[in-house]
Amino acid sequence: MNFRCRRVFLSIIIFLITSLVVGTVAFSSEPENKNHSENPAEKKAFNAGEFMFDHIKDAYEWHILSWKGHHVSIPLPVIVYSKTSGLNIFISSKFHHGHESYKSFKIEKEGKYKGKVVEEMEGGAVVRPFDISITKNITSLFIGVAIMLWLFLGIAKTYRKNPNKAPKGVQAFLEPLILFVRDDIAKPAIGEDKYEKYLPYLLTVFFFIWINNMLGLIPIFPGGANLTGNIAITLVLALLTFIITTVSGTKDYWVHIINMPGVPLLLKFPIPLLPFIEIMGVFLKPFVLMIRLFANITAGHLIILGFISLIFIFGNMSPIGGYGISILSIGFSIFMMFIELLVAFIQAYVFTLLSAMYFGMALEKAHH
Amino acid sequence: MELITPDVGTLFWMLLVFLTVLFILTKYAWKPTLKAIQNRSQTIEDALKSAEKAKEEMEKLQASNEKILAEARVERDKLLKEARSMKDKIISDAKEIAGQEAKGIMEAAKVTINNEKIAAISEIRDQVANLSLQIAEKVLRQNLENDKNQKDLIDNLMNDMKLN
Repeated sequence: MNFRCRRVFLSIIIFLITSLVVGTVAFSSEPENKNHSENPAEKKAFNAGEFMFDHIKDAYEWHILSWKGHHVSIPLPVIVYSKTSGLNIFISSKFHHGHESYKSFKIEKEGKYKGKVVEEMEGGAVVRPFDISITKNITSLFIGVAIMLWLFLGIAKTYRKNPNKAPKGVQAFLEPLILFVRDDIAKPAIGEDKYEKYLPYLLTVFFFIWINNMLGLIPIFPGGANLTGNIAITLVLALLTFIITTVSGTKDYWVHIINMPGVPLLLKFPIPLLPFIEIMGVFLKPFVLMIRLFANITAGHLIILGFISLIFIFGNMSPIGGYGISILSIGFSIFMMFIELLVAFIQAYVFTLLSAMYFGMALEKAHH
Repeated sequence: MELITPDVGTLFWMLLVFLTVLFILTKYAWKPTLKAIQNRSQTIEDALKSAEKAKEEMEKLQASNEKILAEARVERDKLLKEARSMKDKIISDAKEIAGQEAKGIMEAAKVTINNEKIAAISEIRDQVANLSLQIAEKVLRQNLENDKNQKDLIDNLMNDMKLN
C-alpha cells in the first residue's frame, strides 16, 4: 500500500517537473516572438515585472502560448451586467486579446481598471460594469472543483460498494489524508465530542486549497492559474471560517472576549484595552488566514516566474547569456517547484488547522 | 494594488461554487465516506475482539482438554495399579491354596507311608521271628546232635551271662 502511494506521488512529481520544462519552453517563445510580431525596428524591452504580474493576475482568456506572432489562448465567456445595456454575454475572443472593443465594452489598458472589462460611455468616460465573467481563475476554480467532486464522489461510491474492505487505488491514497484531517486536525483542535459537525467543512477546505495549490503549480493548461493566490478566493475561505466561528461561539467565548475573567480590572476599565484587543483579534484571525494563503502562494509563483524572467533579461543582453542563465534558472525553478509542492500541502494544512483551532476556541467551555 | 483588491466577480463565483461543493461533498461524499470508515474501524475492532475471545475460549478448551487427559491418565494408572494388585493377590491366593493342598496331600501321604511302614515293620518282625525260630530250630537240631556241642553251648551262654 505504501509503495503504491509512493508511486502515485512520484508520478505526480514527475508530471509537475515535465510540465515545468514544457511550460518553460512555452514561456520562452513568448517575448522573442512578440518582437517578431510587432515592428521589429522598435525593440520592446523585456519587462520582468509586467511579465510576472501578467502570469499571476486573472485574465479573460487562458493564454497557452504565442507562436510566430500568433497568440494561442482559450477564449472564455465574458458575463457583464451594465446599467445601460443590461446583461451581456459574449466570448472573450471578440476582444482579440484586448486589441479591439466589442459593442461598447473593451479591456482597459491603463489606469484604475487596467486589464478589466469596462464600458465606454457616450461622453468618453469608462465605467466598470458588474462583471461576473468566467475568467481564467474561475475556469481553474471549476476544474479544481470538478477534480474534487470526481475524486470524492468516486471514493464515496467505492466505500458504499465495498464496505468493510481494505481501501484500494485512489481510495488508498485519499483515505490517509481524510483520516489525517480527522485525527490530527479536527479531533485535537476541536475536541472528540464536537468535531464531527465541522469535519465536512474542514475536509472541503483542506482538499480545496491543496488541490488548487497543486493545479496552480502546473505551468500549462489546465493548471497555472493563480487561484489560491487570489485574494478574493482566500477572502471567501477566511470569511466562511469567520462566520462558522462566530455562529458557533458559546457564551464563555463571548464573555472571554468582552470581559476576560481573571485579569486586573485596570485592563478593562476605564479604558477597555483588553476587550479592544480581543475584538480586534476576532477579525484579525480570519484576516491573517486570508493574507497568509494569498501571500504564500503568490510569492511562490513570483519566485518561479522571477527565475524564468532572468532567462529573458539575460537573453536580451546576449543569446549566450540567456542560454547560460537558463541552466541555473531551470535548476532553481525545479528546486522551487519542490518547495512549492511542500508549501501547497503545508498551506492547506495550516489553513485547516487554524480554522479548526478557531472553532475549538469558540466552543471552549470556561475551565477555571 | 490590483493584486490585493478582491474582485467582485471572483467573490461571487467562489462563494457560489464553494458553497455548492461544500453542500454536495458533505451530503454525498464526506458523510458516506466517514461513516464507512467509522463502520469499518468498528467492524475491525469487533473482529479483533471476537478473535481475542475465540483465542481465550480455545485456550480454555485446551486447558480443559489437558485436565481431562490428566484425569484419564490418573484413572488409567489407578486401573493398572488395581489390576496389578489383583493379579498379585490372585497369584498369592493361588499359591497359598496350592501350598495348603500340597501340605494336606503330603500329610496324608506321610500318614499312609507311616501306616504302611508300621505294617511292613510288623510283618518283617513276624517274618524275622519265624525265620529266627526256624533257624534256631535248625541250628539247635544240628548242634545238639552231640553232647559236647551241647555243653559248649551251655558254657558259652553261661559266659555271656557272666559278662552281663
